[in-house]
Amino acid sequence: MAYSDKVIDHYNNPRNVGSMDKNSADVGTGLVGAPECGDVMKLQIKVNPETNVIEDAKFKTFGCGSAIASSSLATEWVKGKTVDEALAIKNTEIVKELSLPPVKIHCSVLAEDAIRAAIGDWKKKQETAKPVSAEAK
Amino acid sequence: MSTDVKVPQPETQSANGKGVKLPIYMDNHATTPMDPRVLEEMLPYFMEKFGNAASRNHSFGWAAEEGVETARERIARLIGANTKEIIFTSGATESDNLAIKGVAEMYREKGNHIITAVTEHKAVLDTCKRLEKYGYRVTYLPVQKDGLIDLDDLKRAMDDKTILVTIMAANNEIGVLQPITEIGKLCHERGVIFHTDATQAIGKIPFEVIKNNIDLASISAHKMYGPKGVGALYVRRKNPRVQVSAIIDGGGHERGMRSGTLNVPGIVGLGKACAIAQEDLPQESCRLAGLRNRLRDRIMGKLDEVYINGSMEHRLPGNINISFAYVEGESLLMGINDVAVSSGSACTSATLEPSYVLKALGTGDDLAHSSIRFGIGRFNTEAEVDYVADKVIDTVERLRELSPLYEMAKEGINLKDVKWAGE
Repeated sequence: MAYSDKVIDHYNNPRNVGSMDKNSADVGTGLVGAPECGDVMKLQIKVNPETNVIEDAKFKTFGCGSAIASSSLATEWVKGKTVDEALAIKNTEIVKELSLPPVKIHCSVLAEDAIRAAIGDWKKKQETAKPVSAEAK
Repeated sequence: MSTDVKVPQPETQSANGKGVKLPIYMDNHATTPMDPRVLEEMLPYFMEKFGNAASRNHSFGWAAEEGVETARERIARLIGANTKEIIFTSGATESDNLAIKGVAEMYREKGNHIITAVTEHKAVLDTCKRLEKYGYRVTYLPVQKDGLIDLDDLKRAMDDKTILVTIMAANNEIGVLQPITEIGKLCHERGVIFHTDATQAIGKIPFEVIKNNIDLASISAHKMYGPKGVGALYVRRKNPRVQVSAIIDGGGHERGMRSGTLNVPGIVGLGKACAIAQEDLPQESCRLAGLRNRLRDRIMGKLDEVYINGSMEHRLPGNINISFAYVEGESLLMGINDVAVSSGSACTSATLEPSYVLKALGTGDDLAHSSIRFGIGRFNTEAEVDYVADKVIDTVERLRELSPLYEMAKEGINLKDVKWAGE
């Protein structure tokens, strides 16, 4: 199978590889996929609580080249976006950008899931944080 | 008389620092490059000796027939058979079909039960599945952790309706050698026919049909440095005499068992490949095992959590199949893109299922996704092995830095305890 130049570029030079403190209140972590299925993505976002803008994003991925490229691209795309803008990212846009063949579409789906999971985790932290701050008053 | 066509010689290794020429081919279970000596032997049979081996009344036919009969002798000699026991086919897939369907039809009155194993090649498994549709009963034996079948399982599976046992000599993915001599003995004690798909074994390890108690054996040329599209089936004629019904009808070639004009150049090539194998086998198998062990030791000396799939003791000399935990196979292949090897990862297949052979060993799906098959062959060098090992080590280290699983494992998280979203 031939890979597109963009997939090869992301594979060779993955963007935003790394990890953030998952216990930090402004960090949302999404861990999606399963080792048995051959794909696991961990995507993390750091959100500015004032503006809801994603200021930083990191990823680590176990998976094929297309999975690595999809998650690498996802971190590039979410950075600088608000949480709501990031939620609007569709897997089909990833497919288009990376020219993924049909058998690799699930990689893009997983990347979209990872974004949603990371944002979901962050939102949950904001909700649970509220009562605590109320009590503190 | 020789032809004017130039026979390509293996290129000398260019000195590019590492002393290897890229890309490196190390996927010799998929197919092998042709040995130049084989091509040389074949060439006259395309042009000057183009005759039909079945033409009995002129010299063109006789020349072709002579080429075919020399090849038949060479194949028979390599496996300790009689020339009358060699039937030419288009390759091992056809040989497997002919052996299994041919026995099923010929011995239908005697019984309808066939025994095989879950790790067989698809040419055997899918043939058996088709026979199930026609009312045959098939037992698919499991394998043990090392990839070998349990002979007690085989004994228990046999009943008075069993007509055929088909178990491969050497596995194409993990290189594991089944105990064919013992299997054949059990079959013969019970009057059951024993077929073995010997595609990966012949020419690589000593293989003798009488000593190994084999009744039918599938042979392929392109796995032993011969041409593609030609193979043979060994069909025993004595103690016991085995018969197979033809699956291709026509002019009654090959003692009626396989009609169709013979692929004379291909057959000549197969014969030469067998002759070379016979001469070189003892030295070559030692050399390949040495290279294989060198590859293994170099990789395992540098990387932790690397697992060998299948028995190391009962194994083809040129084969090693390794799982690199926390790294997905296809991404590893992508990182070593100047090296041709195969992966058991689902991503390399259309089915999105990881290797059924590795799953049968009890290898978890995660490790099956992380597996690479190295097939070292006649034309691989020590410098190539070192290059491949180093490239694999670098790529695995890089991908592990990228792997959330590796990170979690290093943090002491047991990945088996994690509730994965995808499950």
